[in-house]
Amino acid sequence: MGRISNDPPQFYINVTDLIMNSTTAAVSFNQVSRHFGAVKAVDAVSFDIKDGEFFAMLGPSGSGKTTCLRLIAGFEQPTEGHVLVHGADMNGVPPYDRDVNTVFQDYALFPHMSVLDNVAYGLMIRKVPAAERRRQAEEMLDMVALGGFGGRKPSQLSGGQRQRVALARALVNHPKVLLLDEPLGALDLKLREQMQVELKAIQRRVGITFVYVTHDQGEALSMSDRVAVFNQGKIEQLASPTELYENPATSFVAGFVGISNLLEGAAAKAVTGTEGACSIRPEKIHLDSAGSSVPANAMGVAGRVSAILYLGANTRYDVALPGGGELTVAVQNRDAHIEPKEGEDVQLWWEARHLMRFAR
Amino acid sequence: MTAATRSLSNNLSTFLYQRPRFVLILLLLPPLLWLGIIYLGSLFTLLAQSFFSIDDFTAQVVYQPTLDTYARLFTATNLSIIFRTVMMAAVVTIISGIIAFPLAYYVARFASGRMKAFFYIAVMLPLWSNYLVRVYSWKLILAKEGAIHWAVNALGLGPVLDWILTLPVVEGSSLSTSYIGTTLTFVYIWLPFMVLPVQAALERVPRSLIEASSDLGAKPNETFRKVIFPLAIPGIAAGSIFTFSLTLGDYIIPQLIGSSRPFIGQAVYQFQGTAGDIPMAAAFAMVPIVIMAVYLTLAKRLGAFDAL
Repeated sequence: MGRISNDPPQFYINVTDLIMNSTTAAVSFNQVSRHFGAVKAVDAVSFDIKDGEFFAMLGPSGSGKTTCLRLIAGFEQPTEGHVLVHGADMNGVPPYDRDVNTVFQDYALFPHMSVLDNVAYGLMIRKVPAAERRRQAEEMLDMVALGGFGGRKPSQLSGGQRQRVALARALVNHPKVLLLDEPLGALDLKLREQMQVELKAIQRRVGITFVYVTHDQGEALSMSDRVAVFNQGKIEQLASPTELYENPATSFVAGFVGISNLLEGAAAKAVTGTEGACSIRPEKIHLDSAGSSVPANAMGVAGRVSAILYLGANTRYDVALPGGGELTVAVQNRDAHIEPKEGEDVQLWWEARHLMRFAR
Repeated sequence: MTAATRSLSNNLSTFLYQRPRFVLILLLLPPLLWLGIIYLGSLFTLLAQSFFSIDDFTAQVVYQPTLDTYARLFTATNLSIIFRTVMMAAVVTIISGIIAFPLAYYVARFASGRMKAFFYIAVMLPLWSNYLVRVYSWKLILAKEGAIHWAVNALGLGPVLDWILTLPVVEGSSLSTSYIGTTLTFVYIWLPFMVLPVQAALERVPRSLIEASSDLGAKPNETFRKVIFPLAIPGIAAGSIFTFSLTLGDYIIPQLIGSSRPFIGQAVYQFQGTAGDIPMAAAFAMVPIVIMAVYLTLAKRLGAFDAL
């Protein structure tokens, strides 16, 4: 909300902020905790998810992201605090009385029903007449490119197709919020990338708030409007993908999103002059032959190549620094560039603004 | 091990490794022979007997294919034996299902490790003790002087029990001489065979399916009817195959407990052992097989195995 340079007039922003925060938050977490015995799965978390946005919850396993999703769905109740969906307090409201639907990690399709009956399940429960629910379910199957598959059993579908049935089964109910629990986790890489594009397109088309849980930073960055990075039951940072990557708030975020290149203690002091943790993205670092000069307004450090990883589009060099620590450098294989061998000395430099420092 | 024997065993390994089909045949041959000759072979020999007949004067089997024995099978007396047995098997199956389901449901969905172990032992324990002892114990429990009559009388409900025992079909002087006693004993003896498959089926229902149903708006009772129960049906079907067929074939319980009207098993026993009428015994033995075939076909037709 408006920290960019071409801000609209001040009063306008205030009004927008007011609307954003009060009436149109699709989901609000208000000091929510969920404890399992001594384990604080979610620890006093507060945040808002805006209506219509694609919101990702990113973090390692056990970080609390899935518990947050289950708190919205109603499979868990908060130990403390309140979860609001479109302004209504959800404490004590069972899953079947909530206007949200979930796409499960294992899809959770009913094996004894046809694909069409699976998609029409929510409508059947709401006693929509048979002909009407058939029409809506078929329409939804068409949308996920599974028209004509309605008569099959889930066991006769591939993983990607089941995933789309699970999506159709949730979307046919026109929920206020759609929850997705690592929906692409079980698919192979090609299919996963294709589904990322499709999911994003579907979200834009239906305009429903998507809340997407993943441990895959690539997925979170490529699809989301905003990402909340979870660690040990708390949110480390909540920001847009660009902000998250370019300006990580903590060393954890810098390490979890992208390649970390984290320098700490003595290693950091040898490069920056202070002991505070710092990091530079691999693609921001230039690689030159040893002894070449560093441009003005840039920071440099000498090192020795310890490993080379050729990745086709780019090559990754791990460079050991004399003060301890290591920096990974990614070099695009676009034009001719120096190709140091393992054990050769090199000069690294980067623009000073690309150095990220962390309090913790 | 000398070099010579070592290379021999190496050669043998290589020989077998390169011929997986040969190894498969080698492994499967003994069980297939057992199944084919001793199991199915003897069964078909027995059933073939039903197409012969017995000479009324010499009491010798006449080895000439005929349907006479089957004609004799379908007399009013024999049909009433078959009807009685099938009704008993059906009632025992239904009661077993009603008792087993909540138990299996609790264990599959809610019981933790220790409770589960206790449950398995509790269900299996009766199977480890002698069948006859257990049936005779029930005879004592159900007798006029037994525990149940005593408890019912102590509660002042004696007249109610007496009235129940005068009802048509049930009729008997005490529980141990009525169909109620027979049914109770059958249910007690076969219950584990219903509990375990139902529990296994319920255990295989992933929690996410129940959550998905709830997520899509179904209240717990709707989730039970639309998701949990349909997925438990293969287990119920498997359990019912046990309870139904075991009741169809049993000849000891109806002999010891109940109205002493014969069941199929007793009829087979009498024709074979007492009367020496092997063709008739064989024809009677066909009845449970045909009934089970019909039962399985109906179950399949009704979709009992769709969720397998």
